[in-house]
Amino acid sequence: MTTGNPEELRYADSHEWVRVDGDTGTIGITDHAQKQLGEIVYLELPEVGHVYNAGDEFGTVESVKAVSELFTPVSGEVVAINKGAVGEPGIINDDPFGDGWLIKLKLSTDEEAAKLMSADAYAEYVREEEQEK
Amino acid sequence: MAAPVAATPTLQRTPLYDVHRELGAKLIDFGGWEMPVQYAGILEEHRAVRERVGLFDVSHMGEFDVTGPGALACLQWLTPNDVARLEDGRIHYSAFLTEQGTFVDDLLVYRRAADAYLLVVNAGNTPKDFAWATSRARGDVRIADRSRDYALIAVQGPKSAGLLARVCQPDPSDLPYYGFRDTRVAGARALVSRTGYTGEDGFEVYCRPEDAAALFRRLLEEGRRDGAVPCGLGARDTLRLEARMALYGNDIDDTVTALEADLGWIVKLSKGDFLGRDALVAQKQSGVPRRLVGFEMIDRGIARHGFPARTAAGPGLVTSGTHSPTLGKPIGLALLPSGATVAGTEFQVDIRGRAAAARVVPTPFYKRSNAP
Repeated sequence: MTTGNPEELRYADSHEWVRVDGDTGTIGITDHAQKQLGEIVYLELPEVGHVYNAGDEFGTVESVKAVSELFTPVSGEVVAINKGAVGEPGIINDDPFGDGWLIKLKLSTDEEAAKLMSADAYAEYVREEEQEK
Repeated sequence: MAAPVAATPTLQRTPLYDVHRELGAKLIDFGGWEMPVQYAGILEEHRAVRERVGLFDVSHMGEFDVTGPGALACLQWLTPNDVARLEDGRIHYSAFLTEQGTFVDDLLVYRRAADAYLLVVNAGNTPKDFAWATSRARGDVRIADRSRDYALIAVQGPKSAGLLARVCQPDPSDLPYYGFRDTRVAGARALVSRTGYTGEDGFEVYCRPEDAAALFRRLLEEGRRDGAVPCGLGARDTLRLEARMALYGNDIDDTVTALEADLGWIVKLSKGDFLGRDALVAQKQSGVPRRLVGFEMIDRGIARHGFPARTAAGPGLVTSGTHSPTLGKPIGLALLPSGATVAGTEFQVDIRGRAAAARVVPTPFYKRSNAP
């Protein structure tokens, strides 16, 4: 049922997306993820300059009822964080693929993003995950 | 190797299950019951109750009838509050306590007559409470589990009295806080009490299960002009926490005494003997070692149930924590050692390995302007 996953993004099984633009990767959580969480009231992000390997936890996002760790699907150094989303986390619910982005990384490699799921594959993945419930 | 597949436990459903599905509720397993956690969203539902009116299905709650010539004496023994002070049509908050003065459950006692009472207990505790009460009952009394005979709809918020006045005959809107009467709601027989778990003015409507769906729909329809919305257990939790109402299983259980929970006001030591009395008298004399207090976060983050706390007077434990929609900041309740319970005391909470500063604050976090 999850539609509207932008075609140009790459998706991780932990429900983050990556937008690759040159050697910069922008990371956020998917529309499906924000719906599962409910209204987000708190967002914790790293400082600029942090270096992560793919799979590392880079922050947490909390709704009224749940907390969820954020994982980066790609390696790199943090070059920007979305301060607007920290101040007003509700924009992650309103626009998860746009204004609700979380961090930008200077990518260590372009190979990791290429291995992530396409929009179609992610939609299929979500469907299977839902059926297992 | 494939992981063993656990059998899906059969969840109990309330008479309003189909209505919840129709209204698009997100349903969860709540203590063995399939209950709505939210409809439109917790924040919006919370706001509706603070500003307008919200409808909750709380049919999972348990109800016991306690009747007979020995009913009053029996309840005086089983519960710590002074049942002799209750008049017909009045309610008080009380508990079942163990011999150690800790909670078997917290509950409401409704007095219909000197020899007839209704007890309302927590859903998940109903079988345990019934076994506990019947095994310890004394005298000429009959205790009956009537949980399946009642559906329960909570109508909460500043517009609740006006809404009920339009659909009830006789009108319950002149009831005092913690008063009740038998009435008809949209033609269906119901008991209506001025009670709730939100810190807001509100009512709870006990009706027959077969009338519940029509009644819920009628209240929603009639309440539309007041801005009434259906609300789930998510908003119920944020609302009760702002009002500093304890939640069994989070803030109180059989390891926490009534004095530690800061519920000394339901413990009437002068009324005569009751279960748990000796332990509470002893604890009062030796000093209460820890207390349930309200806190707010100084550092960022939400301290949730089960997070460890560190104070200058020793370790403590967060029992409830959430983002307060009304205050717009994280709040919670914690059991802290008695040297660290004064408002203003700062302490640390371990939030997933990060030490975050918090401060003890007076409660309730939220008090309505026209509170009784």
